[in-house]
Amino acid sequence: MPLQLNINRKSCTVDAAGDTPLLWVLRDVLDMKGTKYGCGIGMCGACTVLMDGNAIRSCLTPVSAVTGNITTIEGLAEGDKLHPLQQAWVDLDVAQCGYCQGGQILSAASLLAKHPKPTDAQIQEGMAGNICRCATYNRIKAAIHQATGSQG
Amino acid sequence: MPTAETFAQFDAEIQAMIAEVETISSPVTTMGRRTFLKLAGFAGGGLVLAFQLDTSVARAENAHDATVLNAFVRVAPDNTVTVYSKGPEIGQGIKTAFGLIIAEELDADWKTVKVDQAPINPKVYGYQGAGGSTSIPRGWDQLRQAGATARAMLIAAAAKQWNVPASECTAADSCVTHQSSGRKMTYGELAKAASAMPVPDVASVPLKTRAQYKLLGKRFSGVDNRKIVTGQPLFGIDVKLPGMLYANYVKCPAVGGTVKSANLDDIKKMPGIVDAFVLEGTGNPLEVMPGVAIIAKTTWDAFKAKDALKVEWDESTASKDSLTQAAAKAKELGATMPTPETNVGDIDAVFSSGAKVVEASYDYAMVSHQQLEPQNSTAWWHDGTMEMWTPSQQSDRGLAMIIKMLKLPDEKVVIHQTRAGGGFGRRLMNDYLCEAAAIAMKVNAPVKLQWKREDDFAHDFFRAGGYHFLKGAVDKSGKLTAFQNHLVSFSADGSRAVSGGGRSNNSFPVDIAPNVRYGVSLMPLKIPCGPWRAPTDNVQMFVIGSFLHELSVAAECDHVEFLLNWFNRPLAKPAAQGPPPDLSRTFNPTRAAGVLKLAAEKSGWGKKLPPGHGLGIAFGCSYGGHIAEAVELSVDAKKKITVHKITVVGDIGPIINMSSAENQAQGGAIDGLSTAMGLEIGVEQGRIQQSNFGEYPILRMPSAPPVEVHFIQSDFRPAGLGEPCVPPLAAALGNAVFAATGERVRTMPFKRAGYTI
Repeated sequence: MPLQLNINRKSCTVDAAGDTPLLWVLRDVLDMKGTKYGCGIGMCGACTVLMDGNAIRSCLTPVSAVTGNITTIEGLAEGDKLHPLQQAWVDLDVAQCGYCQGGQILSAASLLAKHPKPTDAQIQEGMAGNICRCATYNRIKAAIHQATGSQG
Repeated sequence: MPTAETFAQFDAEIQAMIAEVETISSPVTTMGRRTFLKLAGFAGGGLVLAFQLDTSVARAENAHDATVLNAFVRVAPDNTVTVYSKGPEIGQGIKTAFGLIIAEELDADWKTVKVDQAPINPKVYGYQGAGGSTSIPRGWDQLRQAGATARAMLIAAAAKQWNVPASECTAADSCVTHQSSGRKMTYGELAKAASAMPVPDVASVPLKTRAQYKLLGKRFSGVDNRKIVTGQPLFGIDVKLPGMLYANYVKCPAVGGTVKSANLDDIKKMPGIVDAFVLEGTGNPLEVMPGVAIIAKTTWDAFKAKDALKVEWDESTASKDSLTQAAAKAKELGATMPTPETNVGDIDAVFSSGAKVVEASYDYAMVSHQQLEPQNSTAWWHDGTMEMWTPSQQSDRGLAMIIKMLKLPDEKVVIHQTRAGGGFGRRLMNDYLCEAAAIAMKVNAPVKLQWKREDDFAHDFFRAGGYHFLKGAVDKSGKLTAFQNHLVSFSADGSRAVSGGGRSNNSFPVDIAPNVRYGVSLMPLKIPCGPWRAPTDNVQMFVIGSFLHELSVAAECDHVEFLLNWFNRPLAKPAAQGPPPDLSRTFNPTRAAGVLKLAAEKSGWGKKLPPGHGLGIAFGCSYGGHIAEAVELSVDAKKKITVHKITVVGDIGPIINMSSAENQAQGGAIDGLSTAMGLEIGVEQGRIQQSNFGEYPILRMPSAPPVEVHFIQSDFRPAGLGEPCVPPLAAALGNAVFAATGERVRTMPFKRAGYTI
């Protein structure tokens, strides 16, 4: 059935069963591949998107339960201007395989909404839901500090 | 062929493959432009096809005007230089590193260099996999020559145009300059003329020395980083073709089972389901095991149908393995040393001579790879051609497998390699690629096979567990005089240890001590095992690195002094027959001492530690990388470990990209910590007991310590860095726990001994 969504500041109508996870609507229906499938049970964070600025797991969110504005990793930059977190991720060369990093960046964006200058402890707590199998944790932490001008 | 007959072959195939991967043959000569154009099928537009996923923007800009100088270098009129990365990017950083190596010798302006993924064509590129940390050492000469010969052709073209000797011309930043007259032309302006110049003999083209490098050794951000942080499609899972369908493939949860019946009619009636059918498969877990394919309009439709699928399996030939029973059996077997495979000196005489003798048994669990991008491949059977997209670590081998499996002419199989969301050795296998091809042969559309995370747990090629029964002796001066290692491992064929489960020559060389005895006992195992990031070393360096510490403690020696002393033992002479040893990849006592001393210094070895803290250190030589690691930690009353700092010191020859090298070292050390602390796969009734990350606690940020990295650069051919930083970590961790608590941990994961992180 047609559902109305607002994704990355644009409204769109998708035809999908209401119990379809937002993840698969984004990837297979809307052809937005930035949101990744990792575990399907909300344990790894690769599928993280923002709903009204808060990180949610799109693999566990039925599309019918989407009530707010969705931001995916494709929509975080403003035109060509990267979000400060994205810029810090590039500047510090955070990624190894890169598969989890979209989810990491959006979890970080959600963290910054609560803690604009996070401490190490706040970063660790805020980022605990995202697995990086390549273990780039040192650099993720450094990039969050760099983007926010905070200290470790 | 029935499953039972083909099944047993897989382990031998893996072992042959690993042996091939780890052997670095003579460098492939950089071929001339014309040969390349012919082999690469340029005339038919083959190359353009190959880059469908990657950098479509770059292609649109200049595909038709660009000049091909050789298989690795293309120059556009606007002076954009495109270089080709021949191997897969799986997170080890080679797409950037390969680009840098070529650009360095080409004297290209890195700011305008683009790196594209090369098509899979081993006739042109030679080895195109990523295994055994060999991408960099294998590519080192070939890529430098590709850059240097292209540069020589550009200089020759300029010299001809200016009618001056080539020796008076220099190249820098994608331009050639005639010094005395000040004339200057860009590579873009010269490319067409350069392509008509003869390809110089590689032996006549000098390569730069380390002191001459302008790019190598500095810090560079990865070439795909902007696409990664903006969520652009790069990975195998991101491939989408017009009219594409989605598939999942359901195999027996106990490996080796076959399909008796399935509720296919019910499945076909489900919404979004296009088809469902049984595949007999080839019976080889490296290819296609029997199962049920579900074809759907979306991935989610396929996953829902998978949950509703009911299959009755015939498990008469399936695995009935139990690792609980194996653990009990290993204890029994460990008590008696079998006929030794290696017996040097007179070990019993040393043990009875009054030297200090230490005995201990160690064990480690089976673990899984769990790269974050679940297995997938896209296959499109069209016009008599099988065209595929895959995040494999070895698409070149995959190409040969598909040609053989489908009995197609070589030119009728085309494989495009995508970025891979991690590899760790799992993607050296191409089973998901073979499955996608077998499914696509029965589907009248492009089809993407997508595994669930649960499939990745149930159908891995696991790192084997193992059991070691050790005995060693040290003399009064702290010299290791005797070493005995009885390994109890698993076997798929009954005659030798499974892939990744045998003896490690790096960790346990014959010259480990003047008197050595090594024996192996085997237990049958049907669950497939295979290479896992630094195979054999990642477990045996834990065993050896911990036991060496037990010996130095027994000898009342400082452990760093003990190891330095041990490095200087008489080393075995290389075999008189065969090619000379590759000195860049063999243990070198000077390099070993260099990294150990620096790790001791940087970690504060010998400093006074706060109460409850412990510092441990270990060394490993793996794939040519000489690595020393130190772990500083504290342990609370409930055995909860806090790691305060890891220090990694490596000598891997010259560094290509310092940023990437540090990242690999940090990631390798933390992977070592994660796996040593908490990861374990159980098997009962032939079934894997873990199904997702809830039961497999990969380490997360709150437990990730800071990792300080230092490199000693040398002029040995560079080693790869994807693997060597994993193995020493577990021993350094265990040695630190001993220093902090006095308790020796002789099992992995450490959570078996009650420790958490």
